[in-house]
Amino acid sequence: MKKKYLFCFIILLLLLLLLLIINLITGSSSITIAQIIAIFTGNNQDNITRQILLFIRLPRAFCALLLGGSLAVSGFLLQNFFHNPIAGPFVLGISSGAKLTVAFVMIFCLQKNIFLSSGAMVGASFLGALISMGFVLAVSGKVKNMAMLVVSGIMIGYICSALTDLLINFADDANIINLHNWSMGTFSGTDWQDIQVIIILLLILIIPVILLAKPMYAYQFGEEYAENMGVNIKFFRIVLILISSLLSACVTAFAGPISFVGIAVPHLVKKLFGTAKPIIILPACFLGGAVFCLLCDLLARNLFAPTELSISTVTALFGAPVVIWIMLHKQKG
Amino acid sequence: MKKLYAENMALGYGKKIILNNLSFELHAGEILTLIGANGAGKSTILKTIAKQLRPIAGAVYLNQKNINRFKEQEFAKQLAIFLTQRIDPELMTCEDVVASGRYPYTNRLGILSAHDNIKINEALELVHATKFRYEKFNQISDGQRQRIMLARAICQEPEVLLLDEPTSFLDIKHKLELLGLIQKLTREKNLAVMLSLHELDLAQKVSDRILCVKSDNYQIGTPEEIFTDNYIKNLYEINSGSYSVITGSPELSKPKGTPEIFVIGGAGSGIPVYHKLQRKNIPFIAGIFHKHDLDYPVANALAMQVITEQDFEPIQEQTLQKAIALMKTCKSVICSVKKFGSINQKNKILFQIAKQTGKLTEL
Repeated sequence: MKKKYLFCFIILLLLLLLLLIINLITGSSSITIAQIIAIFTGNNQDNITRQILLFIRLPRAFCALLLGGSLAVSGFLLQNFFHNPIAGPFVLGISSGAKLTVAFVMIFCLQKNIFLSSGAMVGASFLGALISMGFVLAVSGKVKNMAMLVVSGIMIGYICSALTDLLINFADDANIINLHNWSMGTFSGTDWQDIQVIIILLLILIIPVILLAKPMYAYQFGEEYAENMGVNIKFFRIVLILISSLLSACVTAFAGPISFVGIAVPHLVKKLFGTAKPIIILPACFLGGAVFCLLCDLLARNLFAPTELSISTVTALFGAPVVIWIMLHKQKG
Repeated sequence: MKKLYAENMALGYGKKIILNNLSFELHAGEILTLIGANGAGKSTILKTIAKQLRPIAGAVYLNQKNINRFKEQEFAKQLAIFLTQRIDPELMTCEDVVASGRYPYTNRLGILSAHDNIKINEALELVHATKFRYEKFNQISDGQRQRIMLARAICQEPEVLLLDEPTSFLDIKHKLELLGLIQKLTREKNLAVMLSLHELDLAQKVSDRILCVKSDNYQIGTPEEIFTDNYIKNLYEINSGSYSVITGSPELSKPKGTPEIFVIGGAGSGIPVYHKLQRKNIPFIAGIFHKHDLDYPVANALAMQVITEQDFEPIQEQTLQKAIALMKTCKSVICSVKKFGSINQKNKILFQIAKQTGKLTEL
């Protein structure tokens, strides 16, 4: 059994490495592997290629990798928490809530000519995520029905998206195009400063997430059994909600709302590993999400180059069939 | 030894009190069974003891310590639960489910030690589940599932075990098997066990003591003290039927009206006849047999009238005359006894009279 897990981890790591390289070499101007090595060893004379690699492609690939992983982990946390196979930051309206507050803060700052730092973006996004999450929790406390929970999450999502569009419509500024692109979801335009903020955030979260694995395992037996096994339910809930909100807020702040990664990846990973044990699936989800987003971003950039697709277009194209597959699978078993 | 006790406890949900002034003790090596109608508060009691519901007043003490003052993990090492509702753990084998019982003992990452694995093997062995330990939990039968859940609770190495209707979903064979296991574990591990049951006949047999709950009232005692015909009838407010303590089996309500059939019964031979008459809703008279006869509890529950003789005495002339008189009022007679011995010789006379008057029929 342990060998199987190791094997699966190695596969994911190899896929990650492969996709990372392909992401770096492909694009409107192709860069060879030899050139990449040369740039890293400092032997490259071509300044433009160097610029493209170090300041456009590399941050973008890292962004997809880190944020994809975060989204998948966030989705897995929420699915476990709500005992709902299609829960995820997007379905529950958390991403849309984050999108609304970020759009609001962005427009406000653009008009007042205030420079908006990456940290402030994450903060605004986190606030929006928490507000949506609070709403979802209030609903889930009232209705025990799984379907109703998802319905209310989707409705919250629609309301937030509508409000965001409204804001964009009335904000007259040249930067609105940026805002529009962002609100569709994209990994482009990431710089090293953003990556720094993301990495710091993830480093802070990594220990609490790993420590969540044990109570999450108990939680799979339902709240009553978990409590009897010695889980402090209140504390567990608060930590889980904060972490999953923070993860999806981070993604939304830098890449906009991205759909389906949070739902699809945990299921694919669980299928691959043949287990749902959080201690295995949490790191696996991070790798899986990274692979999934690197692949989707690759397609988004290259499928109809030079026109770039929004990342959600691609993730939905691959993610939605997975959701349908889950439904069919649930029916059978 | 007193493992668990409660004093003057009021319990319920929010401000709504379901049961007041509850006091009880639970000792090691003892099975205390909760009985009572649906909604009487059996699960409420169990939930309160399991710390999932706060008592409105009073408190529960485990090893002389108020349960609210236990740390979660410490409490988990002393008290395990077994719930009615089914769990649906994703992609878990039976062994994984049992292993979850080790939760309070594992490190922060939840990794099982060699000692944990020994305990898991032991628990699987105890419930005879070693054979299907690697099968998926959602693919095994209900009987196997309940055994696995029991092993899970054992694995937690508790001193107190609470079981909420462990026998629901099970057929009679598996009910007996599970209760047998619980009884065995109670003795072997010196557990203090509290469980709720709907099956009164089984409760009577498996329990050392019974806690009987009825709307804001309760009674504790040995099965002999609790199980009297009237008490049980009262407990469940049975108006349309009856409950016999000796057979432990419930009967539906008796057909009422002028008796149409006289059944000559005895030695258990009449029981299927009485049931059949009940189903057809035909009022009847049964006799003559003794109060210790197998026929008596069922006839007593279902017949309009039962003609009995004093225990261990042959049927007296007086009783026979009474029976003959009653038989005349009936339209027909069914004789279920096949053999007349020295004690029920007089029934042969009844049989002959019925034959002569042409009233003898069969069902």
